[in-house]
Amino acid sequence: MLKKTCYFIGLTILMVVLAACNSKDTSESNSGNEDLITISGSTSVGPLAEKLAEKYEETENVKIEINQIGSSAGITNAIKDVSQIGMSSRDLKQEEIDSGIKELVIAYDGIVVVAHPSNPVKDLTMEQVKQIFTGEITNWKELGGKDLEIVVVSREDGSGSRDAFQEIVGYKSGQLIRNAIVASGNGNIKTTVATNKHAVGFISFEYIDETVSAMDINGVKAEAGNVLDGNYQLSRPFLFVHKEDVPEAATKFMDFILSADGQKIVEAAGAIPLTK
Amino acid sequence: MNIQDKNELEQQISKGNKRKYFLESLSSKVFLACALLSVISLLLIVGFVFYKGSNPFITGGYSFFDFLFGSDWVPSEDKFGIFPMIVASIYATIGALIIGVPIGLLTAIFLAEIAPKSVAKIVSPAIQLLAGIPSVLYGIFGLAIIVPFLQNNFGLARGQSLIAVILVLAIMMLPTIVTVAETAIRAVPKTYREGSLALGVSQIGTIFKVVVPAAKSGIMAAIVLGLGRALGETMAVILVAGNSLIIPTSLTDSVRPLTTNIALEMGYAAGTHQEMLFATGIVLFSFILILNFVLARITAKGAQ
Repeated sequence: MLKKTCYFIGLTILMVVLAACNSKDTSESNSGNEDLITISGSTSVGPLAEKLAEKYEETENVKIEINQIGSSAGITNAIKDVSQIGMSSRDLKQEEIDSGIKELVIAYDGIVVVAHPSNPVKDLTMEQVKQIFTGEITNWKELGGKDLEIVVVSREDGSGSRDAFQEIVGYKSGQLIRNAIVASGNGNIKTTVATNKHAVGFISFEYIDETVSAMDINGVKAEAGNVLDGNYQLSRPFLFVHKEDVPEAATKFMDFILSADGQKIVEAAGAIPLTK
Repeated sequence: MNIQDKNELEQQISKGNKRKYFLESLSSKVFLACALLSVISLLLIVGFVFYKGSNPFITGGYSFFDFLFGSDWVPSEDKFGIFPMIVASIYATIGALIIGVPIGLLTAIFLAEIAPKSVAKIVSPAIQLLAGIPSVLYGIFGLAIIVPFLQNNFGLARGQSLIAVILVLAIMMLPTIVTVAETAIRAVPKTYREGSLALGVSQIGTIFKVVVPAAKSGIMAAIVLGLGRALGETMAVILVAGNSLIIPTSLTDSVRPLTTNIALEMGYAAGTHQEMLFATGIVLFSFILILNFVLARITAKGAQ
């Protein structure tokens, strides 16, 4: 009796395992009537893409999967067909363009230099930003602030935001002050800056709130209008990258983003629409 | 029951034993497959990490010596030196040991030798539970409590520092050290204690002069296991370390240990940069291997 029960249990387990293996196939065939769009990439573009996807899913019969894994990884995924669309917050590198990938500007974004709300310094020149991040200025006193050591907070090497920021400000990765705190992701930088009155960092426009104080650059406020006018210099395009032969559902989604409705969502999300 | 069993048996015999033997050998193969799965996983992981990580040195023309002892890590400028991280990992681990081992050891002695049953009943499960807390929660605790505490009370410009890492790791290694050391101390034969006490030695004297030396190999194993935990910890450390690329010269410097370098940059890395992160993994893996080797030696000695 006991042995028989054992065999029975063993066989049941075996069947469950086999069934589990099978279920993968069935779930794939099921998705045939509900198109799946896979997107991965930049943590800066991610929140915007989430909002666009949410609105788009309400009207269309699609499922959109978004993974925020960073620009480089997203582009790699698009090239290797792991995702249909990659999100990037930096321009493509030559080797990436050579792989035959297409880019689509879906919005613009400003990068804003942020400090602790208690910091009296509210305006910096681009030159001062460079001097802070390369370690030439190490005390807020030199900028007319309190006598506090400056703690620089940067994104990690390879991050799209960091690449874009360094390119615009005009310093190389190797020049970044050595004792800079390195945090992964916009949210992490915001939290670090918000909890440290010495700190200065940079985040994407979408992440600005009252926990950090946004700096003017060359006297220009960090606002969408100023980015479109070209007065605010710390700005960059948000890109969707994809192969030429993406599925129709993905093409439609990208058309939606460029439409007037899509661009309205872009604006509501805190990013800067292509036209105003 | 007996009659039923007999009937069953007769039925089986009449059908011949073929089916029975088939199921027997089938199930033993299933078990074997399960056992092999872990070995295969290990080989795959090690093989993959070494394959990816050794690539830049074999085909890319990078020098492994420069990789180990270079002090610049600037992937976008093709500079890969992990010396600051090796130093940071070693400092953080040693620091955590200095704080964690005495506390852990005394806790283990207390639980095994001194604590009344009612107290041990509360402390023991609490420590077990500490081991079960996901490591990222330790990190959040460190970021929300330890980092601001250091900033506010010691006037540090940045709370993310070596000392913050050490404190978090010391707490994290406690459960490992306490559990293993307690088991080792409990395994010391009662006659040792009785002999010592009978000779007029005090209880504390007995513990430190007789029981602890007798449990030495078990306690060493506890320390090595705790060391491995501290060295390999990633998620908690990434939040409180600050991840600066400097060779730490004081406890208040922010540091980047080997593990956080991998976790921090892997999402964004491509090409050689990614392979260099795997190479960082090789170095980390070598450290863990050495620790395991030491552990095996210690336990083998204990068994003799």
